Amino acid sequence: MSFSIYKYASPMTFYGLAGKMIPWFSWGAAILAGLGLYIAFFMAPTDFQQGEAYRVIFIHVPAAWMSMFIYMVMAFWSAVGLAWNTRLSFMMSRALAPTGALFAFLSLWTGAMWGKPMWGAWWVWDARLTSSLVLFFLYVGIIALWSAIDDRRRGDKAGALLILVGAINVPIIYFSVKWWNTLHQGASVSLMQAPSMAAIMLMGMLVMAIAAWFYSIAVAMVRVRGIILERERQTEWVKELLEKN
Amino acid sequence: MKSRNKKLLAIGLAVVGLAIVAALVLNAFRNNLVFFFTPSQVAKGEAPKDRAFRIGGLVEKGTMKRSADGMTVTFIVTDTALTMPVSYSVKEYGPLPDLFKEGKGMVAEGKLGADGTFQATQVLAKHDENYMPPEAASAIAQAQKAQTLVK
Repeated sequence: MSFSIYKYASPMTFYGLAGKMIPWFSWGAAILAGLGLYIAFFMAPTDFQQGEAYRVIFIHVPAAWMSMFIYMVMAFWSAVGLAWNTRLSFMMSRALAPTGALFAFLSLWTGAMWGKPMWGAWWVWDARLTSSLVLFFLYVGIIALWSAIDDRRRGDKAGALLILVGAINVPIIYFSVKWWNTLHQGASVSLMQAPSMAAIMLMGMLVMAIAAWFYSIAVAMVRVRGIILERERQTEWVKELLEKN
Repeated sequence: MKSRNKKLLAIGLAVVGLAIVAALVLNAFRNNLVFFFTPSQVAKGEAPKDRAFRIGGLVEKGTMKRSADGMTVTFIVTDTALTMPVSYSVKEYGPLPDLFKEGKGMVAEGKLGADGTFQATQVLAKHDENYMPPEAASAIAQAQKAQTLVK
């Protein structure tokens, strides 16, 4: 067999692959973010009711999507890690958590800056905002749990359990605006129906969302390489690698 | 069954169990998770009687009035079935948000007065999920006007 996905489950081979991915995704993120911000500020028109303030959407929505998506990816790796005891799975979720926390914070922060001029309040305790805050606390709690447990394997497992339990929050965030009366408006973009946005606004938002994806992949790869080196420092290949440099 | 598959099954079952528990809990707390009540819900007695709550709906067109000194705003909120009058003191609680307009959504916090008027202490604008340039919005409005003329 010339190519096998299992080959990349080994930290040694994945270290090389991750290294090759970093420049592509970093440059991709920079170019896409540049393009997205250009569309956001120079091409997208003023909104008919919110004026210029709606432009927060170009950061707010991609950040909120990313914070939920990264959590689901972490939940996936946690389930894989617990079931098959694969070393790399736990490293992946550890590498992703800080980026998820960053995006969760960004979505709350930009949301507050948007809420004040539009709604008349920085913060309200409606279901969407509260569940998003819980997501941010989950990220912080997971990172704190990992740092609190010295034993690496036990830390991995405890973290994975917390991630899996917290995963229930993600569908709650997503559907909160449908299930309950919230101050937060409903979804403008969904898989089931045509988006309720002008095409150029939608395009700017999607380009920014892809930029966020590229950025997340790039930084997660940088972080996972660091984690691999730290955890595999006793192995021959890491020693050889260090001697070469 | 291999032990690792058994483990995966156990994890899957635990997650499903957790989802069911969460669904039951959320369902039980349904009323407390509601951010606002509509005038119809208030009429049915679903809103709390003796403490503050929030009421939400559309500001009915042509009902927004300011008092002579401009310090009190009154309007009628509607959920298209039932309505409720709302009174808000700009002097005491601050100006209304920019997006607050007749025909648009809003959420007000306060208490129901004895005369059936909702005494608001905070008014928030609730905007919808539509984003478009002003020209497109006016084109849609004109198209709708044309349609009502045809009818």
